[in-house]
Amino acid sequence: MTNEKILNFAIRFGFLILLMGLVLYFSLSASGFASPRSAAFILQSVAITGILALGVTCTLVVDGFDLSIGSVATTSLMLSAYAMVILEMSAFSAVMLCLLMGAVVGLINGLLIVKFKVPDLLATLGMMFLLIGLQRIPTQGNSIATGMKLPDGSVAEGAFSQAFLWLGRHRFDLVVERLVPVPVVIFLITAFAIWVFLELTRHGRLMYAIGSNERAAALVGANVNRYKIAAYMISGVTASIGGILLAARLGRGDIASGNNLLLDSVAAALIGFAVLGAARPNAFGTAVGALFVGILLQGLTMMNAPYYTQDFVKGAVLVIALVFTFYLSAKRGAGGKT
Amino acid sequence: MKACEIRGLEKSFGRNHVLRGIDLDLSAGEVVVLMGANGAGKSTLVKILCGFQGANGGSIQLEGQPFQPLDAADAISRGVVTVHQSIDDGVIPDLDVATNLMLNRLTEQGAGLLVRDRALRVAARKVADNMGLDLDVRARVADLSVADRQMIAIARAMAYEPKVLILDEPTSSLSASEADRLFALLDRLRDQGVAILYISHRMSDIRRIADRIVCMRDGRISGVFDQAPLDYDGAVTAMLGHKMTDVDIDVVSGGPAILEVDQVRLDGGDTPVSFTAHDGEVVAITGLLGSGKSQLADMIFGQRPVKSGQLRLDGRPYAPRSATHAVAAGVFMSSKDRSTNAVIPAFDIANNMTLPFLGSFSRLSLLSKRKQRGAANDMIRQIGVKCQSDYDGIGTLSGGNQQKVMIGRWLLEDSRVLLLDEPFQGVDIGARRDIGRHIRATAKGRATLVFAAELDEALEIADRIIVLHEGAVVGTHSNSNIDLDVLIAQVSGAKDARIQAN
Repeated sequence: MTNEKILNFAIRFGFLILLMGLVLYFSLSASGFASPRSAAFILQSVAITGILALGVTCTLVVDGFDLSIGSVATTSLMLSAYAMVILEMSAFSAVMLCLLMGAVVGLINGLLIVKFKVPDLLATLGMMFLLIGLQRIPTQGNSIATGMKLPDGSVAEGAFSQAFLWLGRHRFDLVVERLVPVPVVIFLITAFAIWVFLELTRHGRLMYAIGSNERAAALVGANVNRYKIAAYMISGVTASIGGILLAARLGRGDIASGNNLLLDSVAAALIGFAVLGAARPNAFGTAVGALFVGILLQGLTMMNAPYYTQDFVKGAVLVIALVFTFYLSAKRGAGGKT
Repeated sequence: MKACEIRGLEKSFGRNHVLRGIDLDLSAGEVVVLMGANGAGKSTLVKILCGFQGANGGSIQLEGQPFQPLDAADAISRGVVTVHQSIDDGVIPDLDVATNLMLNRLTEQGAGLLVRDRALRVAARKVADNMGLDLDVRARVADLSVADRQMIAIARAMAYEPKVLILDEPTSSLSASEADRLFALLDRLRDQGVAILYISHRMSDIRRIADRIVCMRDGRISGVFDQAPLDYDGAVTAMLGHKMTDVDIDVVSGGPAILEVDQVRLDGGDTPVSFTAHDGEVVAITGLLGSGKSQLADMIFGQRPVKSGQLRLDGRPYAPRSATHAVAAGVFMSSKDRSTNAVIPAFDIANNMTLPFLGSFSRLSLLSKRKQRGAANDMIRQIGVKCQSDYDGIGTLSGGNQQKVMIGRWLLEDSRVLLLDEPFQGVDIGARRDIGRHIRATAKGRATLVFAAELDEALEIADRIIVLHEGAVVGTHSNSNIDLDVLIAQVSGAKDARIQAN
């Protein structure tokens, strides 16, 4: 009985305790780690990944997968730059255009999966390829920057507006002046909204039901197709938000940025399975998973670990988290709780 | 010669005694048919014989040697081969016939690294010829008919040169002509001296194939019939026992008509089906697999279009296009095969139960945990789910209790028509009585349709029993003093019975 209790405790809180241990360790051994500035930096470093990860969490909930999020984000990055620099649109219209693009891509993904019965991995893989190619066509493979030379020899008239750059660069005062960047606030709001949606609304509950037994969910009258499409649309929109924030931070439509977004955000969502012993995709876990990776990387960097070890560390964390989820939870037996 | 002797076999799951001392002999070159209602212990017996489960007591001897298989592979290597009910467990659909037939060859130790397709096909053709199968060995198994797939599963089983062949309801998804081919094959195997244990309660199969009938009920052998001519009626009585008269039904004729099925044509039926279900009435629709029961249930729940004829609900035409429409119209269905069609394995009891009506437990889409848990707890108490609390995972419950949750799900809100498709599948007798009592007690205000293949289940719950055979109604009985012989004859489709009923 006590053994079982220890196991249950380990499954539930093991990962959070590990996280706290890491924070404690870095605070003691790396000077300056335990400061508001460093905390804000960590949050900033994971904000965009985290937002994408929250979207992919929604697709994981309906037992799907969205491989296209990384490319949706970079497409959104290029599209916002193109809209402002070349089409000379306002910040507001550029943002709306990107969000619309994300929703449409999600809709197409969803329709491919639901109506055309393409398996989710393949449909979104195809979409990923398509978008990576598509975003390069209008600029003939070049990055977009204010004052760039256009193919016809003229110079682009438009520019990134201040309002748009505010999204990526403004910092709110909190304790210290100019501390919390806008992307962090948007990340926290998104995390809260997705958490409420998945955990507290009937729609979220039905999405979990679909992920667990699609046929049973259909036979109680749930509109399975509509929920699945909605999950991919949420994923598309959050990915485009990520892309917008990236563009606002960079201030240019950089064709090469955002390469790591897909893997990092999927890793965060999967690490989230282990948080609180959920053993299933969940918004809180995803946010904690993203933070975990950020804290680890920031701590290691401050302790002078070279940058090229980062991916190795992320991979190791992911594998450990997956063991937590699947090995330990399987030991606990089939007592699913919601 | 005795191929297999079973003596005093016992098996219990917790306090639930499933087998209470089974004695059974199987002889070479004989087909023994094992009959038994749901929960009689047939499948547990099979699982012990084929090595999935160990027994708690008793002994099994195989040709005089003690037989205690460690696992399925061990049982097969000792010569006890089982063809399971679900055919696709036995074949690999994406591979061709030759590979499927020779699959065991590929797993043998010392089999070469490279597969020689030509040699494989030659060997496979030989196996097929031995079995009298006329098949293109290059065909993909997925493209074959169900019967052919079953033949392949059996043919492969024969490659192990079994002493005992067990078939678990092999005809349940076969048509009549496909079944004939299976019987021809079994005749051949019998002549080769294989002891065959054939599990079924389909009378037509039993008449065709049985050398001896053994009946099981409540974990015991309740009757053995080996005098020619076999006493089929006696066997049915032994299988069902006298239990069905234990449940007294006060037959209700019902109030106003709620659901009218008007001239609806089922696939494979010559005459369209018409009947009316009334307020407060429980109607059981019974018949063999393939009689059209499931089709009819699917049509009423919007899972299958009504091609000819009409459904009417409270006098108005009713043509549901999906489960969503049906539920919105007040037509609820508890589906058969709960693990595929009903249970959400990741959810606890309360979330499983309240799933169809989450809208009623939420405001502005936000779920009220208090309302949800409250409703679930009320239903748990009413229908008698045995659990620690409503937070228990659904997988921790026994089959009967899971089924109570699945049926309780549809009693949370009032319905016009409640469809219960095989509500007693894999449900022990105690839970079955609980569910039946509760369904009858709450029957007022709706029409209840129970689709059940087992006659005793129908007799236990219904006011009226409608018998389907090959897509047509062959009998309607009010559930008091039913002539069981006529009923059984109608279910199995005996021609003279159809005339009697008309």
